[in-house]
Amino acid sequence: MFDNFPLWPAGASTQAFWVDLFYIALVVLSVVTTLAIFVVIAIFGMKYRRRHGREAQPIEGSLILEIAWSVIPMGIFLLIFAGGAVIFFNMRTPPQGASEVYVVAKQWMWKLEHVEGQREINELHVPVGRDIKLIMTSQDVIHSFYVPAFRVKQDVLPGRYTTMWFRATRPGTYHLFCAEYCGTMHSGMIGDVVVMEPAQYQSWMSGGPVTGSLAQNGQTLFQQLGCSTCHRSDVQGRGPNLTGVFGKPVQLEDGLTVTADENYVRESILNPTAKVVSGFKPIMPVFQGQVSEEQLTALVAYVKSLNPAPAGAAGTPELKPAGVAPQNPKE
Amino acid sequence: MSTLAVSEERKNYINAEYGIRSWLFTTDHKRIAMLYVLSITLFFFMGGFYALLIRLELLTPQGDLMQADTYNKVFTMHGQIMVFFFLIPSIPAVLGNFLIPIMIGAKDLAFPRINLISWYIYIAAGLLYLHAMMTGGVDTGWTFYTPFSTAFSNTRVVEAGLAIFISGFSSILTGLNFVVTVHRMRAPGMTWSRLPLFVWSHYATSIIMLLGTPVIAITLVLVVLERSLNLGIFDPNRGGDPLLFQHLFWFYSHPAVYIMILPSMGVVSEIVPCFSRKRVFGYNFVAMASIAIAVIGFLVWAHHMFVAGISLYAALAFSFLSYLVAVPSAIKVFNWTATMYKGSVSFSTPMLYALGFIGLFTIGGLTGLFLAALGLDVHVTDTYFVIAHFHYVMVGGAVLGYLGGIHFWWPKISGRMYPESWGRLAAIIVFIGFNLTFFPQFILGYLGMPRRYWQYPPEYQVLNVLSTAGATILAVGYLMPMAYLFWSLRYGKPAEDNPWQATGLEWRTTSPPPTFNFDVDPVVTWEAYEYEKMPLPDEVTLER
Repeated sequence: MFDNFPLWPAGASTQAFWVDLFYIALVVLSVVTTLAIFVVIAIFGMKYRRRHGREAQPIEGSLILEIAWSVIPMGIFLLIFAGGAVIFFNMRTPPQGASEVYVVAKQWMWKLEHVEGQREINELHVPVGRDIKLIMTSQDVIHSFYVPAFRVKQDVLPGRYTTMWFRATRPGTYHLFCAEYCGTMHSGMIGDVVVMEPAQYQSWMSGGPVTGSLAQNGQTLFQQLGCSTCHRSDVQGRGPNLTGVFGKPVQLEDGLTVTADENYVRESILNPTAKVVSGFKPIMPVFQGQVSEEQLTALVAYVKSLNPAPAGAAGTPELKPAGVAPQNPKE
Repeated sequence: MSTLAVSEERKNYINAEYGIRSWLFTTDHKRIAMLYVLSITLFFFMGGFYALLIRLELLTPQGDLMQADTYNKVFTMHGQIMVFFFLIPSIPAVLGNFLIPIMIGAKDLAFPRINLISWYIYIAAGLLYLHAMMTGGVDTGWTFYTPFSTAFSNTRVVEAGLAIFISGFSSILTGLNFVVTVHRMRAPGMTWSRLPLFVWSHYATSIIMLLGTPVIAITLVLVVLERSLNLGIFDPNRGGDPLLFQHLFWFYSHPAVYIMILPSMGVVSEIVPCFSRKRVFGYNFVAMASIAIAVIGFLVWAHHMFVAGISLYAALAFSFLSYLVAVPSAIKVFNWTATMYKGSVSFSTPMLYALGFIGLFTIGGLTGLFLAALGLDVHVTDTYFVIAHFHYVMVGGAVLGYLGGIHFWWPKISGRMYPESWGRLAAIIVFIGFNLTFFPQFILGYLGMPRRYWQYPPEYQVLNVLSTAGATILAVGYLMPMAYLFWSLRYGKPAEDNPWQATGLEWRTTSPPPTFNFDVDPVVTWEAYEYEKMPLPDEVTLER
């Protein structure tokens, strides 16, 4: 078909296959249903067209038919519900050991940071075949991270982290759209997701100027902001020891338990008195307005790095010889 | 009887009094309906003008016709005008107002003066909205999502929000009036099981208006307060939650979709039996389906928020409930189709609109199944797929029902026949134009084109050009009825009392009806839709 008249979007993720399959099934079901109704109306319209000498027959209805066309659609609907739920469940459950990329959205720009320290704007480079988990937040209004070729989308909210994941299957350059209306240049808040072969990706990773991994930056910040004076890792300080805390349940002062996920770490930095850990006093100063979203992601990444890395997780990248330009298969 | 109806001296609601004051201070539900028809038509063409601007901008991938900010205002005001100032009042305030008292054999609505007040409230809201439009407009999208609307937009959000807040009272009072009227004003013998389905569907609509509208009112007040007093309810930096807004907004705005579609379903339930000369198939099921839609419709709101950041399990629950609400809609479609079986079917203009409604509503409903499916919604939500889906329901459904109803009851309302062949032609043009406009948008949506985009990647152009071409045809289809209905007011053939030989009480009084609807108080001894007892309509009346 013509270049400017595609009828089917490129599919380049593991999810795309299942979403497409499900979509095709629903399209077939819809076409069959619509045609059936149209054909029946057309037949009734012709066969029972008003003619002289033939009268309409009074029919009140039919209980059997009513039950049939309530129960059968309900059954089909339940199947569709289940299919959609299974795919969704998979989309909302990032695999263990996925590589993490932090995303900060703002009017009208995507800022991305790999845990290894590479920063990108309106571009995301990922290798084929690796699970990528995005941890996203917004500096201002609600945005939505949408990659049609991956069939995934997730709103990006101010004041919290939302996550999504995908595994790219085909090298290429794909659209990145903001899908939640965000003001004047909403339609300009677009970019590219560049999917590369692993080897190319490695050379891209080693190409750009990197000032240390995200966690290393977070560590520096942790010391600069004075966090390390109370949150000590050698002896018990005035704040909890953060080693190995991430991802674990935390007992709170009020008796409740929360999981120490990204959102909890974030809240505990910005508004520490909201959920105080059992056995500690609410003495930590509030950092709301003191740290930028980028600094927050670095701190969160640092707290995470205090856990023993699970198998397969991306660690600090081995430094390759510089001078290899990142390959861009865009053209 | 019919000679009486045509004679000049006959007093009816139109010639009972003369002068502008007699209209502006009337408490006659039929005259108030006419006040509404004029005002909503004005808003419809205003909203339509914005729609045309949107389609013109999207002819090319670049943003070249207008500035980005202008485009954002244009689609916002297209949506807000069409939803709050056209679709929600459309059938209830015009046809419902005109017909419900007559259909149940009453002299007027239960509260005639409240009925007039609700029109004035609507006009006040409309004027305030027009003022907001002319002094800068709004750019939040019709959905007012926070924190964009509360902390970032530099447009007339407060004024537009207040306008919609005020218009809500008009809706609430209309709903209240209908509920009380249906309960208290039915003629002797007009039992609940003899009520026309048009009345049933309006009863269900009124329940939504009464229970849902206060929630959007509160929500908009919160937006206004947050914006002007910095309350922090939706501001995450102060412990607020922007998602709370979406929950509150959709708690009303999803049921509001049923405010738009249920009255149309009522119209179709009147037209299909009449032009099939048969009782409606499964009366009880069609009536109860309206109530089921109204009730379950309140439990599905968060299906607008599957990717907004709600929990996995909340999403599962709302997806399931959304499939539940699809069942009564399916029941209605099957029953209308079955009504034609062994009937005596004629394809007059109202029937063409009703069949168009069934076709387009089927497609709108089926694509709703796509959107309620969690894993698929992730890809197509906030794209043109959603735009296409809800236009199939709200334009293909609600507007076609409205046009069908206007044609069907035009003889009763105006006392004149519209030109039948022009009517059929316009109905076909609307159907073709509509499909050409919105079908390509399903494909665009699955390709991934996000909604509310002022500029777009060039590969989406051809489908956008097709859509714009369709919109042009659709505009012609809308202008034609405007023209020939006006023409018929003066030159149309005078209508008999019951040109369609329909069964409803409204056809047993004169065309147009007298001020208090009936010369003799009716006593009902028959069920709705006893078409087997009615003679066939005179074909000469149909073909002009």
